[in-house]
Amino acid sequence: MEINHRRVLTGTHFMLGNNAVVEGALTAGCDFFAGYPITPANEISERMAERMPQVGGKFLQGEDELCSIYALTGAGLAGAKAMTATASAGFNYMQEGIGYAVASEIPLVIVDVQRCRGENFATQADVMQMRWGASGDHELIVLAPSSVQELFDYTIRAFNLAEKYGTPVVVMSETTIALMREKLVIPEPGAIEILNRKKPDVPPEDFVPFRAGPDNVPPLPDFGEGYRIIHSLNPHDEHGGIAWDPDVFETLYRRITHKITENYDDIVQTEDYFLDDAEMVIIAYGSETRPSLDAVRRARSEGIKAGLLKLITIWPVAEKQIRAIAESVGIILSVEMNLGKYAGEIERACSGYCELRRVTKNRGLIHTTNEIYRAIKEAAH
Amino acid sequence: MKENPLRKYLRKGSLPHFFCSGCGAAQVLNYFVRAADEIELDFDRLVAIGGVGCAARIPIYLHAEVLHGVHGRTLPWATGIKLHNPKLKVVIFAGDGDAVAIGGNHLIQAARRNLDVTMIVVNNLNFGMTGGQAAPTTPQGLKSTTTPYGNREKPFDICKLAMTAGATFVSRWSTASGIQAIKAIKRALQHQGFSLVEMVCQCPTNFGRRAISSGDPIKGLEWIREHSVTEKKAKNLTEQELSRRFVLGNFIEKSEPIFEGSSIYQQGGE
Repeated sequence: MEINHRRVLTGTHFMLGNNAVVEGALTAGCDFFAGYPITPANEISERMAERMPQVGGKFLQGEDELCSIYALTGAGLAGAKAMTATASAGFNYMQEGIGYAVASEIPLVIVDVQRCRGENFATQADVMQMRWGASGDHELIVLAPSSVQELFDYTIRAFNLAEKYGTPVVVMSETTIALMREKLVIPEPGAIEILNRKKPDVPPEDFVPFRAGPDNVPPLPDFGEGYRIIHSLNPHDEHGGIAWDPDVFETLYRRITHKITENYDDIVQTEDYFLDDAEMVIIAYGSETRPSLDAVRRARSEGIKAGLLKLITIWPVAEKQIRAIAESVGIILSVEMNLGKYAGEIERACSGYCELRRVTKNRGLIHTTNEIYRAIKEAAH
Repeated sequence: MKENPLRKYLRKGSLPHFFCSGCGAAQVLNYFVRAADEIELDFDRLVAIGGVGCAARIPIYLHAEVLHGVHGRTLPWATGIKLHNPKLKVVIFAGDGDAVAIGGNHLIQAARRNLDVTMIVVNNLNFGMTGGQAAPTTPQGLKSTTTPYGNREKPFDICKLAMTAGATFVSRWSTASGIQAIKAIKRALQHQGFSLVEMVCQCPTNFGRRAISSGDPIKGLEWIREHSVTEKKAKNLTEQELSRRFVLGNFIEKSEPIFEGSSIYQQGGE
């Protein structure tokens, strides 16, 4: 890569998916990256090692994934916009730190390039782990890009959501898009919305660190600004003190959960394709939305009223949107690159309103348009 | 009533502390604030870190920025903090389990990098908070809840481990040698680079009752004193004689470049 000291590489590029993640992060203001080598996420670390020092940020090659994720939480509390990248097996190790970041309400971004167990083939088999990997009662925001452009765009969105809600956000990448080269358009910096964490508006002596307003998100000062806060994983009261009190437990866990669930309309995004008059609808996420959309178009050209709901936010589940579809169509096809995991969530959101069919594949390959088209044809009979 | 002049360093409302009567960790807290007071440490810029365990609770009482509650990850936290804001002073209070069991690799790597932090390892020779299980530091032959017939494993020498890995300030004292301990902590806090002070301490409730048959903290301190030897005297002892001894002293103090990140920009590259 040519040396380029600009933080935002405005222009049109032909770029690798993993590299687009890096440029998205830099555009969002990322100034700390830590990672441990793992394929197929390595290009992210390698490009970060080159780009971070160019823009005054810090790069750390951790001794393992635990070091990486905890370095993020430390840097995050010191004021950094921090990111790590890993792949499925490495994501396992990070669950501990994700749980801590949730409980201590630290903004950070994790990119997980899903791969098959031990091999770098395509899969979406970690879709449930994204959400449920860490221990304890919690919510997690997970975004599912389906192209190089979306890897860029959603990485920025991940930082914005992390900063806005004081929580870790996961970008659920896949081998399919991470190692793909496509057109990427990076706008002028001023044309991109960048959000930053809310800071206290009172001096340290008046500040109650874990007291939040109606949005349930407390302000977060940087280390060294004089606020002297305890950030403990343990149940803590509004002042940060470790408390052995059931009421404190409940208040804390409800707040850190509600700050996600009660901001559903701001967090959950989907895209509709041909839904207005659809009689059957595919629900898909990530790279699987691409052959799905091709198959829907082909079915449409033959008079079959098919549609597609593309899930951008994969966690929390787009329950309202899925329910609305379930109430108006006869059949939903859940298309995913695993043996049928997220289909359970869709089924739950449908709650009996319509039939759900699972279109699954776990052989290291994305669905072909033909395979999904055949599923549509079968469902049409 | 006149307030203890060191009380200002403690978080309001945090006392009484949660340590058992006679616990050595509370002494280490005392030594730390004395050392901090003598060098006029700026608590607005202090980040005190504890992992999980009894010693990990020490930072809770300090009126500083505090991280607490994850076992073994104190140094990764510290690495992120120091890289992003090198002006912050980071002090880690780790038990022996935090430091050399679950967090062992992080210790080796942070020492190798010469990360500019101070790590005070409160070595009570067992897992105290969980009820007295054997640790990688438990002396051979002694009983714990998981070594009912005596410990069969050879313990770590934490100081040798840190020095071998590249730490630039290393010393070992104990709760039976408070004056030297305070001096060592002062020097460690003033050191640029990875400084480690091992504090051998009594755990009356668990190690005391099981390993040395006495839950009396004074007996615990006496046991540590009996099993301690200065660096100078240790030179005349055989390996066998040293196997049950804590060698006390300031072992190394040297100046080396500190860690500033894994990739540093240079114009045009190298």
